Amino acid sequence: MEIKWYIFLSAALFCIGIIGALTRRNAIIVFMCIELMLNSVNLLLVAFSKMHMSGIAAKAPALATDAQLFVFFIMVVAAAEVSVGLAIIVMMYRNTHSVDINFLNRLKN
Amino acid sequence: MEVTQILFWFLSVLAVGAAIGVVLSKSPIYSVLWLIVVFFSISGHYILMNAQFLAIVNIIVYAGAIMVLFLFVIMLMNLNADAEPAKNKYLKFAGVIAGMCLMIVLVAALAESSDIKVSLARGSDVGLIKNLGRSLFTTYVIPFEISSILFLSAMVGAVVIGKKDEQKQVNP
Repeated sequence: MEIKWYIFLSAALFCIGIIGALTRRNAIIVFMCIELMLNSVNLLLVAFSKMHMSGIAAKAPALATDAQLFVFFIMVVAAAEVSVGLAIIVMMYRNTHSVDINFLNRLKN
Repeated sequence: MEVTQILFWFLSVLAVGAAIGVVLSKSPIYSVLWLIVVFFSISGHYILMNAQFLAIVNIIVYAGAIMVLFLFVIMLMNLNADAEPAKNKYLKFAGVIAGMCLMIVLVAALAESSDIKVSLARGSDVGLIKNLGRSLFTTYVIPFEISSILFLSAMVGAVVIGKKDEQKQVNP
């Protein structure tokens, strides 16, 4: 498979995530769209790690694993981020009885 | 057309269609279920690229843990489908246009690249658990340990944020 199809697929997923984050008002769905964007970037990183594999892996085998471990750490950070973010959403629901992100306007004052 | 190409197109159409389902579905429950479909198709892509460790981690962490957390929170809050008020139609339209413009710019900019036709190397064993584990516990052992501290602080933070405010209830 050529690399361009992976690039286009990741761009499509990322843009769908952006459209969702811009148009929806439910805080949970906005959060899910952010997860979708993170996953599209992960997919592209793995594809790039396979792109020049034959050249790099011959010279330095340890270098070729870098991108995939980077994806692993992105997943780790995303898991931590989701736990704190969902706690914030639960807190917001407890205070306002809604998950509409427009209620966060009140943080201004 | 080879089998891998057919699988690639099938998984790509599945991923994009399910991603559109995440954005368009009214109820948050259906959004979560569509997002699980997206994660499984991305895991299928990882398997096609011979990155088996990431495929398994993606299923366990994302489809297993994070999505259960989302479902748990949604069911805890008992959200109705019509709880979301309609957003301004022009704002929605502007969001869709902005996303489409980003897509066009990305594709148009990257399609001119000279490396765009490079094919992915097949059959390399970099993505296997053995090689990744060796690299993770030698070169990247310090970030690995730091991420455990990150998890501990995230857990403490989630508990502190999610706890009921007792002082507020005692003297309102």
